[in-house]
Amino acid sequence: MTSGLRLTVNPIACDGRGFCAELLPELITLDDWGFPLVGIREVPTALRGEAAAAVQLCPRLALRLEPGPHPAPRDRH
Amino acid sequence: MRRQAAGQLIVGARYRLLPGGPAARSDSLDEHLARHGLRPACGDSRRREELFGEIERAGLAGRGGAAFPTAAKLRALAAARGQRMAVIGNGVEGEPASHKDKVLLAVAPHLVLDGAVGAAELIGARTAVIVTHRAVTGIVSRAAAERRRAGWDPVPVRVLAAADGFIAGEASAVVNWSERGRPAPTGRPARLGGPGRGRRPALVQNVETLAHLALIIRHGADWFTSAGAPTEPGSMLITLLGAVRRPGVYEIEIGTPVSGLLELAGGPAAPLGALLIGGYFGIWAEPDSALPLPFSSAGLAAIGANPGAGVVAALPRTACGLAETARITRYLARSSAGQCGPCIFGLDAIAGQLERLAAGERCDLALVHRWLGDVTGRGACRHPDGTALMVGSALRVFRAEARLHSRGWCSAVGAAGVFPLPGQVVS
Amino acid sequence: MLSAATVTGSQGLWFVSRGSGLVLLVLLTVVTVLGAATRAGWTPRRWPRFAVAELHRTLSLFAVALLALHVLTALLDPYVTIGWAATVIPFASPYRRLAIGLGTLAADLGAAVLLTSVLRSRLGLHWWRAVHWLGYLAWPVAFWHALTAGGDIRRGWAAAVGWGCATLVLAVILACLASGRRRPPGAAQGEREQPAATRQGAWR
Repeated sequence: MTSGLRLTVNPIACDGRGFCAELLPELITLDDWGFPLVGIREVPTALRGEAAAAVQLCPRLALRLEPGPHPAPRDRH
Repeated sequence: MRRQAAGQLIVGARYRLLPGGPAARSDSLDEHLARHGLRPACGDSRRREELFGEIERAGLAGRGGAAFPTAAKLRALAAARGQRMAVIGNGVEGEPASHKDKVLLAVAPHLVLDGAVGAAELIGARTAVIVTHRAVTGIVSRAAAERRRAGWDPVPVRVLAAADGFIAGEASAVVNWSERGRPAPTGRPARLGGPGRGRRPALVQNVETLAHLALIIRHGADWFTSAGAPTEPGSMLITLLGAVRRPGVYEIEIGTPVSGLLELAGGPAAPLGALLIGGYFGIWAEPDSALPLPFSSAGLAAIGANPGAGVVAALPRTACGLAETARITRYLARSSAGQCGPCIFGLDAIAGQLERLAAGERCDLALVHRWLGDVTGRGACRHPDGTALMVGSALRVFRAEARLHSRGWCSAVGAAGVFPLPGQVVS
Repeated sequence: MLSAATVTGSQGLWFVSRGSGLVLLVLLTVVTVLGAATRAGWTPRRWPRFAVAELHRTLSLFAVALLALHVLTALLDPYVTIGWAATVIPFASPYRRLAIGLGTLAADLGAAVLLTSVLRSRLGLHWWRAVHWLGYLAWPVAFWHALTAGGDIRRGWAAAVGWGCATLVLAVILACLASGRRRPPGAAQGEREQPAATRQGAWR
């Protein structure tokens, strides 16, 4: 069951603090340099609360919960 | 305009944008008028609709590398008529291998200015700004001043010198530079060619696109499509460099085979090892695969390449492709605007591994491949993406060379440093 | 009868006021240290970073509650007249203007930090950060308030606690400044791409 929401990272604001990956290890992993990799297209409904908490907790306000699935890498402009 | 047998160049088409050739003296306003005639007015609403139709039929696409359909961009911005808009001509040309925009601005500044003003009238913009590479700002400023004195343009035209650096030429970075003095990209989605969320919308076009636009406004779609390929009509400017006899800027019909491009430049100066097509963000290709292909998006798609900013760099067989790739990657890593972690750290790490590979030291290519995937799509602009594509193609094309290097050998005999990078002397 | 009760009652209020003040100072110290730790990424072994951030947040809310108690007991004390206005306007109290005023100032700074934190997503990073940095000022102002308004802290074990906290905060701030941010590779000057004059093949 997906919630119709996706997680996006603002790459300019993100500083690689890693709070999001700690809170949402099911959805976010860190790359070799400490920056978040969102590993899933849509947030499962069960994790929606945690995702909202992670968005609130990000010290750089770099994480966002937005409607719609992730576009495939090729679609992104 | 004479059409000759397929595969041959058309003499007349070569000089659409560069009437006297690339080495000509810059046109004064009078010379420009004598050559091209008056700029037709585009302010009338019925004329505007006609022109949108013409530009659409002409199939003009952006010449800055992304090849976005110009008519679509113009229409999107025209819909925001009434808001304070600007036309921004991107003549920054941050890519060190490319010179076409500098040459165009130096030789035919009035054509570019005509296009900018025409676009402004079409979308209802209040000002036009041309951001140029430092080398040609003087010429373009003088041309704009000439027009101002003659009271030529209905909108004020400003000429701005660009910041230095590769990333300064990125479209949102140009807007940022022109509005806020910061040559850094502003992130996805790029607010280009469309009304921004609260920000002032701006039409950003490469200066070559503006020049083509000026000619389409004068001569129409039928004239424009009389040259070039059916789905990609018109001519384009290209820069040829590296192991060719006469490196420089040339104008070609889109769809000319790559071999024809090299012939224009006097042919290869030495046996070719590889071609870098599209610029430093481009794709490496083996000469045998690339030479017969038409130079167009459709033609080059066969090897996963596209014309990009129209740069074709020829690497001689005596040079080491891995060493060149490592140099270029290090340059691209240092050219990052420094805003996004994956770009800053990822490109640095990739460059480091490539330098080790080039030097014959142990390196982890599986790691590099993973990193190429990791940096793609994770920056605010396409800087990491373009770099990753270029590196990926290098690892494919120079696979045999990489095997040699892993044993401590290198097939190159010449010194490293065939392609130009700022601050480094070309051997 | 009534006067004795009043005296005891007011003495009680006074004790609670002083006691809560001292605890508040310690609490503010811990909150400041945790804030710096969150920023710099210092965490005890096996603690995720967000736990430090959450603890910082929770304790600061607790400090707000304690602050309310501290202010209320001081206001209700019949022996001194502070006035309701002085709870928000610094230096508006007729009784010991400077000492109380400093306390109000510290409380105001804390309130600003709290408000901006609650509204952070709406305010945006820039304003939130600016006010939060101002929060660092709250600690020395509160300490000065403690020195001038509360006599306890000048002597004995309370003084030890007070000055211990001061040293801790100073050390933490210095450490935070020293550690700085992760340096990007090649950040040293001369390594970043130099916009020097280029020498390329002649373009025609």
